[in-house]
Amino acid sequence: MRNPEPIPARLTIRPKDPGVLLVEIAGDWLDRTGLPNISVVEKELASSGARALEFDAQGLGGWDSALMVRILAINDLCAKGKVEFRAKTLPSGLVKLIALSQAVPEKSDAARKEVKLSFLERVGESGLAAWSGGAAMLGFLGESVVALLKLVRGRAQFRWRDIVEVTQACGPEALGIVALINFLIGLILAFVGATELARFGASIYTADLVAVASVREMGCIMTGIILCGRTGAAFAAQLGTMKVNQEIEAFQTFGISPFEFLVLPRMVALILMMPLLCIFADLIAISGGFLVSTLMLDVAPQVYLARTVESISLAGFLLGIFKGSFFGVIIALTGCLRGMQCGTNAAAVGLATTSAVVTGITWIIASDGIFAVICSALHI
Amino acid sequence: MNAKPDIKIEIRNLTMAYGSFVVMRDISAQVKRGEVFIIMGGSGCGKSTLLRHMIGLKQPAQGDIYYDGTPFWQSDDEARNDKLRSFGVLFQSGALWSSMTLAENIGLVLGEYTTFPPAEIREIARLKLALVGLKGFEDYYPAEISGGMCKRAGLARALALDPDVLFFDEPSAGLDPISSRNLDELILQLRDSLGATFVVVTHELASIFTIADNSVFLDPSTRTMRASGNPRELLKHSTDPAVQQFLTRGEAKAQPAAAPAAQPS
Repeated sequence: MRNPEPIPARLTIRPKDPGVLLVEIAGDWLDRTGLPNISVVEKELASSGARALEFDAQGLGGWDSALMVRILAINDLCAKGKVEFRAKTLPSGLVKLIALSQAVPEKSDAARKEVKLSFLERVGESGLAAWSGGAAMLGFLGESVVALLKLVRGRAQFRWRDIVEVTQACGPEALGIVALINFLIGLILAFVGATELARFGASIYTADLVAVASVREMGCIMTGIILCGRTGAAFAAQLGTMKVNQEIEAFQTFGISPFEFLVLPRMVALILMMPLLCIFADLIAISGGFLVSTLMLDVAPQVYLARTVESISLAGFLLGIFKGSFFGVIIALTGCLRGMQCGTNAAAVGLATTSAVVTGITWIIASDGIFAVICSALHI
Repeated sequence: MNAKPDIKIEIRNLTMAYGSFVVMRDISAQVKRGEVFIIMGGSGCGKSTLLRHMIGLKQPAQGDIYYDGTPFWQSDDEARNDKLRSFGVLFQSGALWSSMTLAENIGLVLGEYTTFPPAEIREIARLKLALVGLKGFEDYYPAEISGGMCKRAGLARALALDPDVLFFDEPSAGLDPISSRNLDELILQLRDSLGATFVVVTHELASIFTIADNSVFLDPSTRTMRASGNPRELLKHSTDPAVQQFLTRGEAKAQPAAAPAAQPS
């Protein structure tokens, strides 16, 4: 049955006996808006100098937590002004809830204190954080070298099945997306190149452009970025979830190195798969350029192929493959590092994943820049 | 070391801290071989942290833990890893490796440290699962079974290497009263049949009084241990109001100063 018409909530305060204030609460305290606030009580308490405060709740209809909050606030005001708080005339349910909420005193040293840091302190803190972050990364790199050496000596603790499974997930299963992206890159390179080169009557060199650009740079970079978002993120999320679930600690308590058991297979799988994916990416990108040139730019297929073969040097090809492997190490390291550093809640897994992708892509692009400088100095 | 031969574990003046925040200081206790040792105390007082110190997951700020008279943390990594192999740990939620079936979870540990052929390993895994009432669940993944079953499977994995010392982090949390009672029975049976030493973190009074031989009571308000010994004896003889309050679910007359303060865990 519905109540006919809610009576608006009311809160009034008036002196009862000398030194005693009476707070009258009445009506239905269920509206979400328009509930009276307690500023009148605060004013009255301050001005009257009363010693006790009583309630009259005879006209009170329905109520919920909103009323409790106000009663508790009045209680706090009374405590502050050393006024006696007489709760016994309130509804008994309310009295019990008030008692319950005050049963355990507020823990004073548990509340978080906001510490205001000065600008210099913040600079110092972030400097220290960057330093320890870098140290952690170097430590991780060192551990991975030790683990790889152990693998070579056949002493590492891990299962070949894990390598096979991770290899399957990061290699063959990535073929589709790697093909699509690199095909489009080949197409774009051919279009842009053809338009510019046509102004010099050199459309035929589109084949050189596509081949050199994809074999030396675009193939490995695009594949690296795809795998970073696909596989690096997956590594971070897997290891992060294992951390949250105490699975990593379970490895430690059995004396099994989580590094060798979890990180090593992932690193090996990516080092094996990245060069193969790069070769595949190169082929697809070149075929993208081939399609555009032969179908839309009227270049003879044989000529395009001949120019492509002529323009690719062995050094350039090997450079692309090597960079691919190098990016594979970066992806595995950043993904696993962020996963192992993950905190112990769901939000931390999200952060770890984001951070793995951001760190990975940053390092891929940055190291590619370094490679470019080295190669130009060495005339490769 | 001059420890008596029947002392399996000895905690000496252990101080636990996160950075500069001291959780507990000056904890000392001795556990005899074959005892069930309970770490008890209110929520968030550092019970699990003490356990993490004992199983090599967290380094003490001061003091050390001695197993068979040998210091645990002052030893090098290799000696510590060797020691870890004689431990079995049951984590709060089981912490089974989620990408492996139950049989693989147990088999992995056996495969690392024994030279049994695969068929034999599988048989042992079946046996360990049968011990905890999970016969027939060998090929299930942890996500496919209930929380209580995960816990029991975690126990089966902890038992895989026939450990000397078994550590339990809140074994009855999240179990119904009957399963929790069965787990207590299981612990007692294992103690009697394996002769292993048990370290159990719990605040379930029923199971404390059922299984405990020895205990330590941690108090967050003074940041140290308040009492140690058999909880049944403590209940009878301890004059410490905080200990009495804890062991009687707060029904003993408490002095307000000793009221256990709740702390966020």
